[in-house]
Amino acid sequence: MTPPPKRGVQALNEALHEIFGRRDDVYLFGEDILDPYGGAFKVTSGLSDAYPDRVITTPISEASLFGVAAGMALRGQRPILEIMFGDFISLGLDQVVNSISKFREMYDDQVTVPMVVRTPMGGRRGYGPTHSQSLEKLLLGIPNICVVAGSECHDLGALLIQAVEDERPVFFIENKLMYGRVLRRPEDGHIAELAVRESDGPYPALTFSGTDFAEASATIVTYGGMLPVVLDAVTELILEHEIFCEVVALSQLLPMELDTVLESVSRTGALVTAEEGTLTGGFGAEIAARVQAAVWSDLRAPVQRVAARDGIIPSARLLEDAMLPSVEDIVAAVSALEGVRS
Amino acid sequence: MAQLAAFYERMFFIRRFEETLLDLFSLGKLVGTTHTYIGQEANAVGLIDHLDPDRDVIFSNHRCHGHYLAFTDDAFGLLCEVMGKAPGVCGGKGGSQHLCKGNFYSNGVLGSIVPVATGIALAEKKKGTGAVSTVFLGDGTLGEGVTYESLNMASLWQLPVLFVVENNHYAQSTPVELELAGSIAARGAAFGVETAELDTTDVDLIHSAAGQAISRIRETSAPYFLVLNTYRFSPHSKSDDQRDPAEIEERRTRDPLLIAGARLADDERSAIEARCEDRLAEIVEAADAAPAAAPEAA
Repeated sequence: MTPPPKRGVQALNEALHEIFGRRDDVYLFGEDILDPYGGAFKVTSGLSDAYPDRVITTPISEASLFGVAAGMALRGQRPILEIMFGDFISLGLDQVVNSISKFREMYDDQVTVPMVVRTPMGGRRGYGPTHSQSLEKLLLGIPNICVVAGSECHDLGALLIQAVEDERPVFFIENKLMYGRVLRRPEDGHIAELAVRESDGPYPALTFSGTDFAEASATIVTYGGMLPVVLDAVTELILEHEIFCEVVALSQLLPMELDTVLESVSRTGALVTAEEGTLTGGFGAEIAARVQAAVWSDLRAPVQRVAARDGIIPSARLLEDAMLPSVEDIVAAVSALEGVRS
Repeated sequence: MAQLAAFYERMFFIRRFEETLLDLFSLGKLVGTTHTYIGQEANAVGLIDHLDPDRDVIFSNHRCHGHYLAFTDDAFGLLCEVMGKAPGVCGGKGGSQHLCKGNFYSNGVLGSIVPVATGIALAEKKKGTGAVSTVFLGDGTLGEGVTYESLNMASLWQLPVLFVVENNHYAQSTPVELELAGSIAARGAAFGVETAELDTTDVDLIHSAAGQAISRIRETSAPYFLVLNTYRFSPHSKSDDQRDPAEIEERRTRDPLLIAGARLADDERSAIEARCEDRLAEIVEAADAAPAAAPEAA
């Protein structure tokens, strides 16, 4: 019996209810998270009614809330901090850089900081320059933290529960559009026409193939809210250009583990990275460096990066669309690789 | 009298420990940096006497050695840590400003520690341990905005946090008049936090006021804001001092060791001092002989 379709917000909400029921050391902090409001994106709905002592609505004090959560975690609790918009993580970065990520190692493993920061990232909703960014790349240069970003094809609830159980600080990146989208899990190893493999480990990667993992033209590595854009591009490449790609959707962005990407590249010989954040110093840059160092002789072309332009995300729809990476950008990047081959 | 003798011994030991660090720097046995507590010893000793190291929690700042010694009495672990030796309390990874032992923590970014101490208080309150979370700030820390966010939350949520402002009148080289507007005590009061202010280096007076503050927190589980006006005789770190020597000399007439020492008999004071010197010499010798902290062999 196929379970009824579930939207992203519902999967995350159910996972929070499950983890609160399972552990009495879990606390949730955030702005406007109490019922009946239940959070700006409704992810926390019903929690404060069910667990009034463990769901704490806070002042608008992000810079300190990261530290408050760290203090709770140092003393054996499992805080979850909701930051209403991912853009506001900048306020907490001192705590991330100088406290949360450092305590365990600089105190010589005498402590752990098992906390989760949940926050929505991403644009395409017209929220403008300070409420639309994908800033997770700022976290990717920070040692000793874990950055997780599920996609609509991952088991989002399982990822969140795993994050709460993790002994490391986990930054759990949610995508605003994903909240409202119906999740699609592999059935009999397929999602739509694509064969799908899911890797092992706490935060799995999904590999999609249009050729049932036979040879293909390129690998596209992506994560989170970019996955549906990439899958649309893959469909267009098949239908209109007869180019077959593999797609790797990572859910663990940091520590960066690229076994699935390298395996896919061994079949395709080319790599495109796709992210919604701005281009320079991003996810794709780091992956490109690592993949080229690891399998230079397997690559027939330079790694191509698809990302947002290095600028602001404007509010107006057409301006925003022009700023963010699109299906056309991905098709163009893959086509450019094909040009190298021919 | 026994209490005063014990306070004097702790203060004298901290003083000599810190002076020894500066000597070791001159001898090239220490690298990096340090921020000594010389002149402020009565604050740590008078206040921390009321805390239970098995239950209460301290989060300290860059100038943390006095707090650490008064709370843990682990001079060997601290000296090894500062000297980069393997038996250091954090294996040489933290150094002078980044200590952790049991319920004691310190970190080197001003202000950052204040929300963490607030979160610690929340955890302890939720667990029902009755612990007091003490955080040491200075006049310089009052320039950091998270301090006020934390005061707000500690008051709003009625958390057992003791905010201690050791106003030593200088943020590194900048006199307090150039970095701070308004009243320090009024900052606590503005958030509805019970506040007291002292202008003394007398360990007995500080002990008494701190005792009152900590009793209030234990009774009410609410925060308390304690302002201790003080002075450091030593430079901010090692040799960076452009203060007027006459000002320092005037402050030295109120040295907490002079005030407490004058209340002890000469032979008792001498015996305490000799005991501290012997203990310190042993620790320095052992730390000097200890192996350097080094990466684990592959």
